Amino acid sequence: MWIYEKKLQYPVKVRECNPRLAKYLIEQYGGADGELAAALRYLNQRYTIPDKVIGLLTDIGTEEFAHLEMIATMIYKLTKDATPEQLKAAGIEDHYVNHDNALFYQNAAGVPFTASYIQAKGDPIADLYEDIAAEEKARATYQWIIDMSDDPDLNDGLRFLREREIVHSQRFREAVELLKDERDRKKIF
Amino acid sequence: MKNFTHKKTYHPYISPLDPCPPIRTKTYSTPPHLYMGFQPENLEQFNPREALQAGTLWKAFYDPYYGPKEKGRGPNE
Repeated sequence: MWIYEKKLQYPVKVRECNPRLAKYLIEQYGGADGELAAALRYLNQRYTIPDKVIGLLTDIGTEEFAHLEMIATMIYKLTKDATPEQLKAAGIEDHYVNHDNALFYQNAAGVPFTASYIQAKGDPIADLYEDIAAEEKARATYQWIIDMSDDPDLNDGLRFLREREIVHSQRFREAVELLKDERDRKKIF
Repeated sequence: MKNFTHKKTYHPYISPLDPCPPIRTKTYSTPPHLYMGFQPENLEQFNPREALQAGTLWKAFYDPYYGPKEKGRGPNE
């Protein structure tokens, strides 16, 4: 069960109407290494992982939904009140034709979200290594979006999200250490 | 460690036939958590307000990334 707090994890500010940036950001919304994929991946892996790291997956998976909500807000603000002409100039007229200004779970190239983005191998080490890789890939994606963006307010929010990827990666790495821990055993190697 | 940085560089091969003007130095990010292992005890913390803004409570994990269109203000730039 979840409890919803009706505010964003970090304030989202956008300086100007910029549909092109929204096109890039949709990668973190419905892309393979996006926030939706992350949330669903971690929350799904919880059932087949040792007890001592289930809580970590719950916490991080939940936070990914908070990030998803921030990304959605960014995309919404960047395209709100944009005219069809502006959307066309930004190269997202095909999105407009299909969805108007609605958000859709797809990547920056318009490919719809698919469950095959998410692995669940059942092996705790394999799954946690995938989670670490996912965090690093999301971190890199945020870097490339920041590189493309000239909106300082938006970048402030993106920097926060990138920092969270770093912390999540750290915690998954610690989870691996927990699972391979030898401290309880007599060390006769 | 002197000259330690969370940005590494390498120099790719430049062909005489490359059509685009060559980028001679490529950079990539190596954030602090890659070097941490298990988080040690008693690391220095941000105060709560700073922590909410930075995205982490721990100064050792703070690694802000700035794009080419921004003036770098981070400690690792």
